[in-house]
Amino acid sequence: MAANGSGVTAGAQVDLTAVRARDLTRRYGAGATEVHALRGVSLDVERGQLVAVMGPSGSGKSTLMHTLAGLDKPSSGSVTIAGIEITELDDASMTRLRRDHIGFVFQFFNLLPMLTAEENVLLPLTIAGEAPDREWLDQLLTKTGLHDRRRHRPSELSGGQQQRVAIARALVSKPTILFADEPTGNLDSRTGGEILELLRDSTREYGQTIVMVTHEARAASIADRILFLADGLIVRELTDAHPAQVLDVMSTLQS
Amino acid sequence: MTRVALRGLLGRKLRAGLTAFAIVLGVAMVSGTFVLTDTIKAAFSTVFTAVYQNTDAVISGRSAISRSSNGNAQSPPSLPASLLGRVRALPEVASASGSISDTAQLVGRDGKVISSGGAPGLAFSYAPSGRRFSPLTLASGRFPREADQIDIDASTARKYGFRVGQRIGVVARGPVRRFQIVGTVEIGGVSSLGGATMTIFTLPEAQRLFDKVGRYDQISVAARHGYTSNRLVQAIRPLLGPSAQVRSGRAQARQATKDTSGFLNIFQDFLLAFGGIALFVGSFVIANTLSITVAQRTRELAILRTLGASRRQVLGSVLLEALLIGALASVIGLALGLLLAKGLNSLLASFGIDLPQTATVFKTRTVIVALAVGIVITLIAALRPALRATRVAPISLVREGSLLPPSRWSRYGTQAALGTILGAIALMLIGLFVSTLSTGLRLLGVGAGALALFIGVAMLAPQLVPPLARLLGWPATRVGGAPGQLAQGNSARNPARTASTASALMIGLALVTLVSVLAAGLRSGFESSVNSAFIANYAITAANNFSPISLASEQRAARIPGVTAVVGVRAGAGRAFGSNVNVTGVPPNASRAIRVDWAHGGPQIPAQLGSNGAFVSQAYARAQHLHVGSPLSLETPSGSHLQLKLIGITNPPKGASPYGDISISEATFDRAYQNPQNLFTFVNMSGGVTAANSARLTAALAGFPDAKVQDKTQFINNQLQGLTSLLNLLYVLLSLSVVVSLFGIVNTLVLTVFERTREIGMLRAIGMSRRQVRRMIRHESVITALLGATFGIPLGVLLAALIGATINFGTFTVPVGTLVVFVFLAVITGLIAAIWPARRAGKLNVLAALSYE
Ligand SMILES: Nc1ncnc2c1ncn2[C@@H]1O[C@H](COP(=O)(O)OP(=O)(O)OP(=O)(O)O)[C@@H](O)[C@H]1O
Ligand SMILES: [Mg+2]
Repeated sequence: MAANGSGVTAGAQVDLTAVRARDLTRRYGAGATEVHALRGVSLDVERGQLVAVMGPSGSGKSTLMHTLAGLDKPSSGSVTIAGIEITELDDASMTRLRRDHIGFVFQFFNLLPMLTAEENVLLPLTIAGEAPDREWLDQLLTKTGLHDRRRHRPSELSGGQQQRVAIARALVSKPTILFADEPTGNLDSRTGGEILELLRDSTREYGQTIVMVTHEARAASIADRILFLADGLIVRELTDAHPAQVLDVMSTLQS
Repeated sequence: MTRVALRGLLGRKLRAGLTAFAIVLGVAMVSGTFVLTDTIKAAFSTVFTAVYQNTDAVISGRSAISRSSNGNAQSPPSLPASLLGRVRALPEVASASGSISDTAQLVGRDGKVISSGGAPGLAFSYAPSGRRFSPLTLASGRFPREADQIDIDASTARKYGFRVGQRIGVVARGPVRRFQIVGTVEIGGVSSLGGATMTIFTLPEAQRLFDKVGRYDQISVAARHGYTSNRLVQAIRPLLGPSAQVRSGRAQARQATKDTSGFLNIFQDFLLAFGGIALFVGSFVIANTLSITVAQRTRELAILRTLGASRRQVLGSVLLEALLIGALASVIGLALGLLLAKGLNSLLASFGIDLPQTATVFKTRTVIVALAVGIVITLIAALRPALRATRVAPISLVREGSLLPPSRWSRYGTQAALGTILGAIALMLIGLFVSTLSTGLRLLGVGAGALALFIGVAMLAPQLVPPLARLLGWPATRVGGAPGQLAQGNSARNPARTASTASALMIGLALVTLVSVLAAGLRSGFESSVNSAFIANYAITAANNFSPISLASEQRAARIPGVTAVVGVRAGAGRAFGSNVNVTGVPPNASRAIRVDWAHGGPQIPAQLGSNGAFVSQAYARAQHLHVGSPLSLETPSGSHLQLKLIGITNPPKGASPYGDISISEATFDRAYQNPQNLFTFVNMSGGVTAANSARLTAALAGFPDAKVQDKTQFINNQLQGLTSLLNLLYVLLSLSVVVSLFGIVNTLVLTVFERTREIGMLRAIGMSRRQVRRMIRHESVITALLGATFGIPLGVLLAALIGATINFGTFTVPVGTLVVFVFLAVITGLIAAIWPARRAGKLNVLAALSYE
């Protein structure tokens, strides 16, 4: 998984890597108030992996997500998604890339209140002007347990149900990669657990690649890999970790 | 708390500015109107003071008829020359001089009479003996000495390229005659009086030309040393009969100013009314904007409440914010009004109405009224949002979603709205149909009813928005794809907000519709009236379609070979049964050119009028309880009373009547009225309307540049020209309130975009392009505008039907084509309003949208 030069070198490798970052830095402000949110982060996420990002508050987790997803431009470094270098893309190409390759799950569910659950799920396709795959939609709604709630509006759904709508929305276009920033941050631990299971399952069953930021050791422990961020750098990495291990690492970082 | 309100306002400069703008235009209209009319009045006052500065007393004819309602102001009777001798003989008099003032038109090099902006052509006499009284000063050349010499005003000379020594055509009472220009003049120190042309004749020539030999229109008197002008006036008064009056020079200047001001006051009220409408619409916009702002500040208000702020303090802070916005808007409006007045002045000048120039008059009253109106209206509009803000409970702080508690009255919303609407219609019906009330009260009823109707519909609108938005948004979902679908949903998301935004546009559109429907009714009524009444081949009118013209053209037409009938309709003012009436004088053969239905009598009546017969319209007969055989006393402007007998009653067509209230025979008219003139002259020719006949008639009248020959269709179109210009003026003035409502849409959209920042960010994150975001906002705007049209246009038609039923203007016609155009205009308004908010929405950074709280 070591960095082997920069950019895309071999077709086979592109196929296996969903997102790749090289030497990402991100600075906010200038002069005395300058903040180095990222100080040089490189990583590769292989297809079908569920990667968790952890770290103390202010360590740069959200910033990393945003730059990886093309929502924010890094101060230096490069990001490729599905083999496409995204740091220099203009707005129109970035929009197209989002439609085809990226899914989002936010801490706030961000559903449109005037649309039904099903319409919210279908929104990315509606926007892209694509016809929905009914079978896939049915499968998703069943999987997310929303089948009998499809006609409900967000205000008639519980928080967990709303987040499941958001996840189905992120999955409906079968994106190359799904980004989730504290997807359980707004939910109680039981509901949060269900959501995590849903994400885990989508990786297992559909091979969905996921990068997820979380604060909870239990949440992180379901991931294939856990990246630990501190002060804008990846300081540790664990694979198939137990919650206890995770807590261990976190406590060393926090101090 | 005050500090918090101020900080809050500063933190929301953009929103405050947008809110303020809603009221700026209305205030500008009010202050601009005051500045413009005050300035014009001051200018005229200066001019008239200069005109009479060397005159201690002025004797003039007194018309028995005060200014008539139809504008056919009859010039006052002239004075006998013998009066001048008797005035001169008074010991108080140092000198006195008689003069003529009448109307005459100059003919341009193109052979057409010079007339800019409908301003009259003034004619004055000049006599060396009256030099000290003359308001005229030479700009070049000298005063006329011979009968064929004239001076013209310097402004016309300059504009139309006439110089001293050249010859120019003049139309006075008879055919055009050519005179030599020997000088150019200014009056009262200005070169033009609102675009009116001036022609100066020698006194004898003026008397001859205007059939005033041995008579004067005015005698100017100077007092002998040691006598005040009041003494002079008192000395002169016993010499005068009932048809003459004397005033001091200063009083005469005041009177002349007042006469001009009369028109200006109407003009002022007219413009102020439109300013008022714009302010009314603005109040909707302000109420809506503040409601949205308060809703968006729920959290902030809740924090304040948790920290111990009382309801009263919350109310105070919102009202303080409104007060500041209102004050800001009023000051900007005041300044803008100043510019507007200047702009209007140059607009008038570009139409040829250059008003005498003076320094801009900026009265304290203008400042006070503009500020008071702007601030008070803003405060009233803010009251409801402010009261709702007080109902924000501290608990809102911990609840997700910042929705205001529903208003205490909201569950009675529909009933209240329907009640208001019914009350409004009742008020209007009372105003329209209860004829026992005074006109002022009735107008008040109609006006207040219309306002209440708008408010009632606006109250009902939130219930109607969801289904209508679905309906009106349907095309958007077809053409707009996903953005269109989202826009349709968005517009019904907050029905109260959408309804209120659309209501502002509704008002403007309803009024525009009202005007267009009434105009269409007038037009079609007029057309059908003329079509049924006009049975002549040709009509001759003044070039401007409405001024009376001299009888010379009628006499000339009668001598053309092939002409079988000439019917001149004389028009003048009179007084009967204590009120002013329009009087027409008709020839015996009138029925050969004009066909009307007769309730009593028949087409032979005009021939049977004799010296004391009269006929009236059925409406007039009813109003005065007259029937055939009733006696009728008609007072003419010269003060004589005609004792008439009613011999016929017409049932004229609804849209327009060829006859006035009272018609007498042409011969009687000519005897009773000085200088009778025709309003219309109808001509029949053998062979009817043919190209040859038209050419012959036009050629024969070539010497009368002011006489225009036209057939029936041309006559209809020409007569409707005035209506068309009035209609266009009304459209322009009403567009002001549409612009205000456009700002309302902009406000709502900008605030909505701001409120949905995170949502738009999400949409962008899941693949919505900038263009799609912009399209979504545009569609939402158009749907809102269409809602405005959906409420406004039917409301306008309803108002027109109600008002039309009272003024009985003929046919009720719905100009479908025009209304379709209005719908398109509403769509365009929506598109324009969306430009800026859509750009803002499109520019939202996805990231900022996500992290925004
Ligand atoms: N827009 C910004 N302007 C300036 N500094 C910023 C901005 N966004 C983030 N930062 C700074 O960058 C650093 C990393 O922020 P980031 O949001 O990535 O942290 P995080 O790991 O997501 O924290 P948390 O767990 O609290 O969400 C912090 O020090 C933060 O203050
Ligand atoms: Mg974060």
